[in-house]
Amino acid sequence: MLALERVSYRYPGAPRLALRDFTLTLNDGEVVGVVGASESGKSTLALVCSGLAPRSIGGSLTGRLLVDGDDMQGRPMHEMAAHIGICFQNPTSQLSQVAATVFEEVAFGPLNLGLDRLEVARRTTSALEKLGIGSLAERDPERLSGGQMQLVAVAGLLAMDPRHLVLDEPTAQLDPAGKRLVADSLASLARSGTALLIAEHDTDLLAGLCSRVVVLDTGAIAYEGLTPEVLADERLTEFGIEPPSDVALRREVESAGLHLDLPA
Amino acid sequence: MSDIRCAELRFEYPGGVRALDGVNMSIRAGERVAIVGQNGSGKTTLVRHFNGLLRPTSGTVTVGDADSSRTRVAQLAASVALAFQDPDKQIFAGSVESEVAFGARNLGRRGQDLSDAVEGALESVGLGGEKRTNPYDLGYSRRKLLTIASVLAMNTPIVVLDEPTTGQDLRGVRIIEAIVKQLGNDGRTVIAVSHDLRFVAENFERVVVMRQGKIVTDGPPEQVFAEESWPTLRSTNLEPPYAATVGARLGLGSTPTLASVVEALES
Repeated sequence: MLALERVSYRYPGAPRLALRDFTLTLNDGEVVGVVGASESGKSTLALVCSGLAPRSIGGSLTGRLLVDGDDMQGRPMHEMAAHIGICFQNPTSQLSQVAATVFEEVAFGPLNLGLDRLEVARRTTSALEKLGIGSLAERDPERLSGGQMQLVAVAGLLAMDPRHLVLDEPTAQLDPAGKRLVADSLASLARSGTALLIAEHDTDLLAGLCSRVVVLDTGAIAYEGLTPEVLADERLTEFGIEPPSDVALRREVESAGLHLDLPA
Repeated sequence: MSDIRCAELRFEYPGGVRALDGVNMSIRAGERVAIVGQNGSGKTTLVRHFNGLLRPTSGTVTVGDADSSRTRVAQLAASVALAFQDPDKQIFAGSVESEVAFGARNLGRRGQDLSDAVEGALESVGLGGEKRTNPYDLGYSRRKLLTIASVLAMNTPIVVLDEPTTGQDLRGVRIIEAIVKQLGNDGRTVIAVSHDLRFVAENFERVVVMRQGKIVTDGPPEQVFAEESWPTLRSTNLEPPYAATVGARLGLGSTPTLASVVEALES
């Protein structure tokens, strides 16, 4: 279980709170989506959940972050990292920059967990296969396309087999097939009991993956609920979020005074 | 005005990864062209040849009369401006204003002319009020809009945008759509690399589809997203836009855009 209780966070030197009185509980195996306009607090939420804010980037936090019932207050970063993985928005921020090959890059996380080398190799191979990038294993991670780099970053997280995971736009640079592979891997992680919090602009992806969606506006929850209801809500566009493709098309057709009758 | 021509263009990265494997294409001045294809299919590598950031391993790229392998990047920059996929590889200045002014100043703009160009470009991406802000105090999506403003301020006849809608919210996407439209109306060439096929179908008149360093199909959205082309799209990990799939299910013909679905339903 991953829980935030009345969490507020302010970046160092910032005049305003980036996250205001935020409360959310994710049960084991639950996938929750977070949507919102740019700078509504999605990335901040991911940094707070992972513990990097304030541990690595400073600032001030009030409220409580609970992981499996334990208050994380005062826990050092390496301990947080053993409980919660984070996938950054920009995959170049994720890469270790010390690995010469994609294989080493994906193995970097589990090696740091102190796992036995055979287990590391097994997890690395499996993560690469799940994301369809086994053929990149010997490539230099610094010389990949943006989308390939994003898949490598996600593979590195899968290989760590995190207890819980927060992801900041994990599929922004992926082609549709890559998105599907990431979505399938995340769904399978959730089935094994991992709680997942996913900040995304791609509401089509969230529609297929999340049980609940939270809408953020200027650092606070604007509204939340079950995925189909939140994503079909008229207010979504007011909060700067593109509705899923089917909702957008239906609206366009209906605003022309027509009706869309799609065979199942 | 400058056309772009690629003939038998091949490119290998050091270490032997072949990113382009015989690309033949030309882009006429004033065209709005989207380049799509699976991750690693060579899209970014291709457009980086247009402003000379990369030089062909073999084959040629010409921009107007200039052979890009014999022309300095600084000279090509007067014709082709490129906004990177990763804004953090482009941004280096300490303020939004100086970041946007850099490229335009390098092209010789000075004084009022320069400040007008900077002002206009920042306004068009909605960053008019952030001139003195440090770029790294902006979030990712606004840093990306900033790189697009830098490119607009250079006022080049050819504008290349690499994954412009990545990380953008609805407002950001609308801003980029308005920019593409405006550039088109001004008769400037717009080339975008994108995975966002809705954005592509709604805003571009030509779609070039790449797979493993080659062009596999090339045509208007009505053709590239028509049901007959779906196997080709899927062979390079793409899915047709939702509007196109609905049109096919309802027997409406090729309807790549929302408006084309409505139009087909009306008739």
